[in-house]
Amino acid sequence: MSKLLEVKDLKVSFNTFNGEVQAVRGVSFDLNKGETIAIVGESGSGKSVTSNAIMQLLPKPHGYVKGGEILFEGEDLVKKSTSEMRKIRGKDISMVFQDPMTSLNPTMKIGTQIMEGLIKHQKMSKEHAKKRAIELLDLVGIPQPEVRMKQYPHQFSGGMRQRVVVAISLACNPKILIADEPTTALDVTIQAQILELMKDIQKKTESAIIFITHDLGVVANVADRVAVMYAGKVVEIGTTDDIFYNPKHPYTWGLLGSMPTLDSAEEELFAIPGSPPDMTNPPQGDAFAARNKFALEIDKVMEPPMFKVSDTHYAATWLLHEDAPKIEPPASVQLRMQGFANTGNKVGDQ
Amino acid sequence: MVRYIMRRVFYMLITLFIIATFSFFLMKLMPGSPLSAEDKLSEEQKQIVLEKYGLDEPVPVQYIKYLGGLVQGDLGISFHFDNTPVSKILMDRLGPSLQLGAQSLIFGSLLGILLGLVAAVFHNGALDYTSTIVAVLGTSIPSFVFAGLLQWVFAVELGWFPVALWGSFEHTVLPTIALMIYPMATAARFTRTEMIEVMGSNYITTARAKGLKESEIVFKHGLRNSLIPLITVMGPMAVGLMTGTLVIEQIFAVPGIGEQFVTSIMINDYPTIMGTTLLFSIMFVVIILIIDLLYVVIDPRIRLTGGES
Ligand SMILES: Nc1ncnc2c1ncn2[C@@H]1O[C@H](COP(=O)(O)OP(=O)(O)O)[C@@H](O)[C@H]1O
Ligand SMILES: [Mg+2]
Repeated sequence: MSKLLEVKDLKVSFNTFNGEVQAVRGVSFDLNKGETIAIVGESGSGKSVTSNAIMQLLPKPHGYVKGGEILFEGEDLVKKSTSEMRKIRGKDISMVFQDPMTSLNPTMKIGTQIMEGLIKHQKMSKEHAKKRAIELLDLVGIPQPEVRMKQYPHQFSGGMRQRVVVAISLACNPKILIADEPTTALDVTIQAQILELMKDIQKKTESAIIFITHDLGVVANVADRVAVMYAGKVVEIGTTDDIFYNPKHPYTWGLLGSMPTLDSAEEELFAIPGSPPDMTNPPQGDAFAARNKFALEIDKVMEPPMFKVSDTHYAATWLLHEDAPKIEPPASVQLRMQGFANTGNKVGDQ
Repeated sequence: MVRYIMRRVFYMLITLFIIATFSFFLMKLMPGSPLSAEDKLSEEQKQIVLEKYGLDEPVPVQYIKYLGGLVQGDLGISFHFDNTPVSKILMDRLGPSLQLGAQSLIFGSLLGILLGLVAAVFHNGALDYTSTIVAVLGTSIPSFVFAGLLQWVFAVELGWFPVALWGSFEHTVLPTIALMIYPMATAARFTRTEMIEVMGSNYITTARAKGLKESEIVFKHGLRNSLIPLITVMGPMAVGLMTGTLVIEQIFAVPGIGEQFVTSIMINDYPTIMGTTLLFSIMFVVIILIIDLLYVVIDPRIRLTGGES
């Protein structure tokens, strides 16, 4: 498989009145053609900033890429000019946003909003773009597309609006689709429908997907690989199986442990205590140490490097060092890991 | 849409009826009479004059006659200008005021929107500060100061335009500029604030993610959405401009309706006062209707109640 996207040691900061916010502090991952990678982590861990950096849509001038590379088909997006980037946005890489209620222009017809990209990037005639827009609405499961084309966003429900946003993002057959918490703002049944839609579309279009979420429950169902982010860094990355059956980082344990399961009513949830650190002043050593009950002395002084678990699986925790004490995940997390293993990849259905 | 407008027109007529009634009885309650100044008239002579204007009849009869006249577009006869119908006086005077008002409103808001847009796009840049200063000056300096300044520079010193009076288009230029400063500054301020907010909203990010040019985003996605609140402020201002501004009309010696109104009040010319009040009211309700219709055109989320949109 060829590498479509390689993010290498990406660092993104914001200049604010309180000083420099180091939102992303050296993120690396890659994406193959047609693959889905999930980026998971609590809110504030830098997922959106990472995706906005890929799109080069950081708020200027106070948000900027401080270091690293974002190689798309071998070319560094960070070095691209505004006009070069415009040709990539919406065509090669497109994006679905979190809040469907506000991500569509309230005073523009749905059809026009879909056709814009087609006319821009594919130089389609209006007639042709219209036909294609109707096809797209049909593809994302909106009934009566010809009628809906002429309507405005307020005439659509939240789930339907998100389908429209997906249609917009798919318009030019992008090579990469970034979905930044596309289901978070929707209620549970609609969430499931949108997820089905995304999987379906992936099969039909073979776009690679970066699926961002703070909910591990959603991940098993959609992703081939998972990157777990904490405080602006990837702390564990592996195949979905690696992450669910064999998690190594205590933060991943925490995320898994705090996932509700079918019979979690009686079970104790292994919640992560405390809250993420202030990114104006990231702590020395392992940023997760203060919240980690398995933290070692060295965590407070030195940042752990990425330890290799297998060819596909890496985690940044000193627990993987050969000299570290052998610590097993807490019982409730082990129970879950077994549960995942027994049911096969069915976590997301719960 | 048609049904909605018809309903609105019906309500407008009721409003106007109430206003006409109010102004009629208020006039009756006012101290002083059109004859009080002319003490030299004998009682008999006064009686003749009162009869001529129907003022000798009981008030309810006067009221009914007044309404009856209104329905036929008859606003009565001026006390002051002998035998001239009020409607003729108003029509003669309305033209210049309307022209000045419309010109200053159109140019003022267009220029203001442009200024506000530039300020928002170059947010915190030199152009932003310049346009903010223009806006602050425009809203805080009274228009007669500009009027005097314009007269002095462009009429007296440069001689490009006539100093005052009415006649050709050239005569309208300086009063229009003096009048448009305020609406321009207001439009600029509102457009800037709204535009900055709109440009930070999620659907603008969506538009950027589509790969659109910044100029396309500003004009296609930003502008329309930031104009909505502007309509609300510009409406009442439009009425103020159309009904003539006394000061500007005085300075430029424009035979407009604002000047007329004040004169009528000073000489107790009741029919003209009532006629002018009614005319201003009509303009007001019509402009409010236009504003409401504009909302519907600009913002698809607003549904017309009681009619199919
Ligand atoms: N425009 C901004 N200005 C300053 N700080 C920002 C901005 N956007 C994001 N951040 C900071 O960057 C960090 C990561 O944010 P984000 O990527 O949105 O998190 P999430 O993982 O929830 O998507 C947060 O600490 C946030 O406060
Ligand atoms: Mg986010």
